[in-house]
Amino acid sequence: MKYIDDYRDAARAHEMLAALHRLTTRPWRLMEICGGQTHAIVKFGIDELLPREISLVHGPGCPVCVTPLEMIDRALAIAAHSGVIFCSFGDMLRVPGSTSDLFRVRAQGADVRIVYSPLDALQVARDNPDREVVFFAIGFETTAPANAMAVHVAKTEGLRNFSVLVSQVLVPPALETILSAPTHQIQGVLAAGHVCMVMGMGEYEPLAAKYRVPIVVTGFEPLDILQGIYMCVNQLETGRAQVENQYARTVQQDGNRRAIDLIDEIFSVIPRKWRGIDEIPQSGLGLCAKYADFDAECRFDVCVGPVEEASECISGQVLQGLRKPNECPAFGTSCHPGHPLGATMVSSEGACAAYHRYRPQREYS
Amino acid sequence: MSGNGSLPKSTTCPMPIRDTEEVLLAHGGGGRLMAQLIEEMFVPAFSNQHLDQLHDGAVVDMSGAKLAFATDSYVVQPLFFPGGDIGSLAVNGTVNDLAMCGARPQYLSVGMILEEGLPMETLRRVVESMRDAAMAAGVTLVTGDTKVVDRGKGDGLFINTAGVGLVPEGVVIGARRLSPGDAVVLSGDIGRHGIAIMAEREGLAFETTVRSDCASVAHVVQELLAAGIDVHCMRDLTRGGLASALVEIAEAADRQIDLDESLIPIDPQVQGACEILGLDPCHVANEGCFVAFVPACDARETLRIMRNHTQCTDAVIIGGVSDENRPVVTVKTAIGGTRLLDRLSGEQLPRIC
Amino acid sequence: MCLAVPGELVEIDDGDCLTLKGRVSFGGVIKEVNLAFVPEARVGDFVTVHVGFAMSVLDTEEAARSLHAFGELDTLP
Repeated sequence: MKYIDDYRDAARAHEMLAALHRLTTRPWRLMEICGGQTHAIVKFGIDELLPREISLVHGPGCPVCVTPLEMIDRALAIAAHSGVIFCSFGDMLRVPGSTSDLFRVRAQGADVRIVYSPLDALQVARDNPDREVVFFAIGFETTAPANAMAVHVAKTEGLRNFSVLVSQVLVPPALETILSAPTHQIQGVLAAGHVCMVMGMGEYEPLAAKYRVPIVVTGFEPLDILQGIYMCVNQLETGRAQVENQYARTVQQDGNRRAIDLIDEIFSVIPRKWRGIDEIPQSGLGLCAKYADFDAECRFDVCVGPVEEASECISGQVLQGLRKPNECPAFGTSCHPGHPLGATMVSSEGACAAYHRYRPQREYS
Repeated sequence: MSGNGSLPKSTTCPMPIRDTEEVLLAHGGGGRLMAQLIEEMFVPAFSNQHLDQLHDGAVVDMSGAKLAFATDSYVVQPLFFPGGDIGSLAVNGTVNDLAMCGARPQYLSVGMILEEGLPMETLRRVVESMRDAAMAAGVTLVTGDTKVVDRGKGDGLFINTAGVGLVPEGVVIGARRLSPGDAVVLSGDIGRHGIAIMAEREGLAFETTVRSDCASVAHVVQELLAAGIDVHCMRDLTRGGLASALVEIAEAADRQIDLDESLIPIDPQVQGACEILGLDPCHVANEGCFVAFVPACDARETLRIMRNHTQCTDAVIIGGVSDENRPVVTVKTAIGGTRLLDRLSGEQLPRIC
Repeated sequence: MCLAVPGELVEIDDGDCLTLKGRVSFGGVIKEVNLAFVPEARVGDFVTVHVGFAMSVLDTEEAARSLHAFGELDTLP
């Protein structure tokens, strides 16, 4: 496939790695933000090919991982309502809430449907005027325009039987939380290319300056990640801390203006709880008052009890790049994909799941 | 899957809460959850030397002759799709399971469960397709059964087929025969059946000219055996794709299998569909594709024979059996790194992440 | 978080700004895609698609430049 296969070319990858080996003179600790980048790193075995001085820690860029337990429980409660058709991206179906998950709720008779796009959920609402259709609007800024468009179209069409359960989060506040923690050891950041495709790069300049970390907006193919790492290490080796754009074929400085305007029209910035990290102010999006009619949390009165995470789970530290999955005492023993204790083992983009799935050096009993 | 009763601590896509009180769709997915259901529900109840091998077919001794016996049920929706239908699937599925035991498939039974209201024309098309598939595969349908269930209880049509065939003297096929140095030969490109089906399903709306690879592989296998190729093990790739088949064999054999990802043939449209849905092609279903483990010295002749058959023109060696006895499948990635191949856990889900 | 894939815009359908749609080819697989966020896209352009929406028109010159740059790494700024 054009513009994909080129960025998986083995010969170019080897050249890039050789250059990186020549460039690196000291240990550096980088964080890649996005779960898709983590996935690519582990799937292509990139981290094993890097100079051993470079270590990668994995960030909170997985909206599935960071969706709070209470929100999942809310989703399950709504899905279980008779008459509701609950539409969700595939990623969310596996994620356990306190006692159940969307798959099991479906097995018990709920109408839960996987959709590829929020527009598909809208169509379900048009096709089923006598049912309430709820769409689970999760995601980072990448998905916010699409979710916003669904609400905008629903209002324009007067689609009264459609609502959204919003769990949108924003990257820069989470990144700031991580970089401001006294214990963090992150020296450079690979920012999420598709988030910046929407939002542009401007939000990262103050962070780079304030925390003196280079931030390289990076794509998702192996060559993108290698080049992003190269650019980041290059800055570190020369004492710079700037925002650079590795993914310039897709990301522009100012992002996508139309998408940003629609997000601003439909959503307002609110505090959000992040699973494993707790509440971060101004870190999420919620429907603004004009669109409150479409808010499933208002439309459905669901009571969700207090929830607790398993005490051994360190996913919060993993999400902040403070620990690696294989440093967790529960990793591979009491916590593994068949019995996940936390969000990062549940989601296929989560760092713990990625490690467990792809690492060849694991011990086998 | 090994017969020693313990699940490996690996290595799959995360799945929901382990101990479920209801059957989930994922239990039929061909991956980890299904393996768990078989291991924990069926094997303990029925355990015997044949079943415990958990091969697609059983080879039983009947008065000195080795009889292969296999069964498959088909519940696919939609009933008709590019490249096949539930009828041809039902015939080829059991034929291929028998072929994977090294048998020449001969006789099939068919059980039909029809939903009240199924159009006769639909049934006629399916039956004609079964007739054509049986003729192409060289098998005879010798007995059958028909039931009708109330409207709303049957999803249109369910079909079960079972079949028998004789395994030639001296042919022993099974994971236990895997030897270090064996070549892993893949008969063709992967993922076509799954993508052809997904394209017909609502909700994922994409247009593709990909056709299912549903076909009998019995003749290819017969020719390999007749040529004296010492086939150690074979598995056809069905639900769960290439990954599930190889991981099961590695676990059953307690042997490491090493693959080179760049050698695995994938149709560009299958790759395109997998990219946009976020699927791993190694987990996507096939219906006329298989892997064969042969001694390295037989690999070239194996390829030559396979490539003479229309559905195996892309046959290729994708890896080999290691001398390590770890029950894993390693993959050399496109850029020269390494990762493990993993079984599909539950249903295959499109993702946004 | 961000599975977005580049594909070739092969057809643009009529529609107002919200519903502007097109057909995008991903290795030959065709999908209908909403073009509301990239009204400037033209047939033949490559667009990056996330959950059914085109979010960016691929800058082919930048792409060529970056691929070329992989071979000249020590000269990167």
